[in-house]
Amino acid sequence: MNVFDIIGPIMVGPSSSHTAGAVRIGKIARVVAGGQPVAVSIELYGSFAQTYKGHGTDKAIIAGLLGMAPDDERIKDSLALARQAGMSFKFRKSGNQAVHPNTALISSVDQLGKKTIVQGSSVGGGRIVVNRINEINVKFKGDYYTLLIPHTDTPGVIAAVTKLLADHGINIAELNMYRSHRGGEAMMVIETDQAVKGGLVCSIEAVKTVKKAVLIEPIY
Amino acid sequence: MISYDSIQELADKATKKGKRISELVLEDQALHMEQSNDELFELMRKSLHVMAAAAEKGLTSQSLSASGLSGGDANKMKQAVDAGRALSGKVLSETLAKALAIAEVNACMGRIVAAPTAGSCGIIPALLLTLKEEHHLAEDQVVMSLFTAAGLGMVIAQKASVSGAEGGCQAECGSAAAMAAAAAVELMGGTPQMCAHACAMALKSVLGLVCDPVAGLVEVPCIKRNASGAANALVAAEMALAGIKSTIPVDEVIGAMKAVGDAMPKTLKETAEGGLADTPTAKKIAREIRR
Repeated sequence: MNVFDIIGPIMVGPSSSHTAGAVRIGKIARVVAGGQPVAVSIELYGSFAQTYKGHGTDKAIIAGLLGMAPDDERIKDSLALARQAGMSFKFRKSGNQAVHPNTALISSVDQLGKKTIVQGSSVGGGRIVVNRINEINVKFKGDYYTLLIPHTDTPGVIAAVTKLLADHGINIAELNMYRSHRGGEAMMVIETDQAVKGGLVCSIEAVKTVKKAVLIEPIY
Repeated sequence: MISYDSIQELADKATKKGKRISELVLEDQALHMEQSNDELFELMRKSLHVMAAAAEKGLTSQSLSASGLSGGDANKMKQAVDAGRALSGKVLSETLAKALAIAEVNACMGRIVAAPTAGSCGIIPALLLTLKEEHHLAEDQVVMSLFTAAGLGMVIAQKASVSGAEGGCQAECGSAAAMAAAAAVELMGGTPQMCAHACAMALKSVLGLVCDPVAGLVEVPCIKRNASGAANALVAAEMALAGIKSTIPVDEVIGAMKAVGDAMPKTLKETAEGGLADTPTAKKIAREIRR
């Protein structure tokens, strides 16, 4: 915690969890999808489902998908801006109580028809936890440089990737590995203390059995 | 390094070193964040500018929030002040107008600084910006006083909570008032010990205040509680500057606030199930909004 967690963040109202946090979830969904989707379908859970209109949670998520930051004054006009930009959207309220009270599941489709799913929860003060990427359950907060690396579960992949980071003087703050089953689809989530550059992302993608590397920069 | 687990310790340290609390906090945070004092100061200045812009916008705005539940009250208050119809002096009435203004801008999805939260964002800036205007203070002084507010807020957040969902409105608007009171005392030349007493007195006055937003929205009663929170801060600062002390030490008051928050039923902690949110009128409003 530092002084700007208490006097801050600078944000668009009315609620840090329902507005600022929702923008951040939308923005991460945009990055994971690899750019602006053409169609999104958003499922809202708990208090997000109950109060999203009054809190502008819908506008906030769409603003994030359009690439806006939590303090962007255009957030309140984001639905119209999305239509202008050719991004269609629909919202659905879910009665499922099992997930965290402030949760959104964002399914997006890009121009080529590729589908991406990102689920995130707003946990207070604008802070979030991303808990699902496509079919894999994950856990990261998006306040570090975060690398999402889908790969096939094979020996040596983690060593190869972490060696590349070490060679570039990048310290790992947290590393988690998730897999569907032994030898199956897997995902590494690496949060780093230093900035990760584009060139390094390409080198990571060249590692055998790594399918892709997505870099999420910290969102304030 | 400061541990931010005792306001008394912070005040004692400042007294011993002959410094203001804000100076200690700024120096400590610059080390902690690996940035220079100047860089941090300029970041805080940016926050003050956002606060001032929100106040200005809200004072003239007539627009309603998306729910239609709020809007235009700051303008009414400002008109009363300008027409000389306010019962209280300029400092209090202008403070009330600005607190309403910033909270209304927040409700209308305008740009604000959470201080410590979005729901309580009007309290600290309303009082500090009004003191700046009415006493012709330099902007740099006001920026510094925000470090005092933030430092004390860090202790409250660590030892209790600044979230309505965790501790009720006492933790949100109460903490904001306590932080504002201390910052105002420092801004007006009070000692670090006076800041601690002001913080304690403001928080004591709202122990038990519940978080009961109508229809779950940050509007009713939140916007008007920003005005009463700012008034509470001014009252506490006024008493502390006069040399009045809190009988219960500030850290014990924070402990009491935490205990009261823990004892508070869930229905009174931002769930919109109790208090004002459970009145017939509130339920009718909630039904209409959800339709």
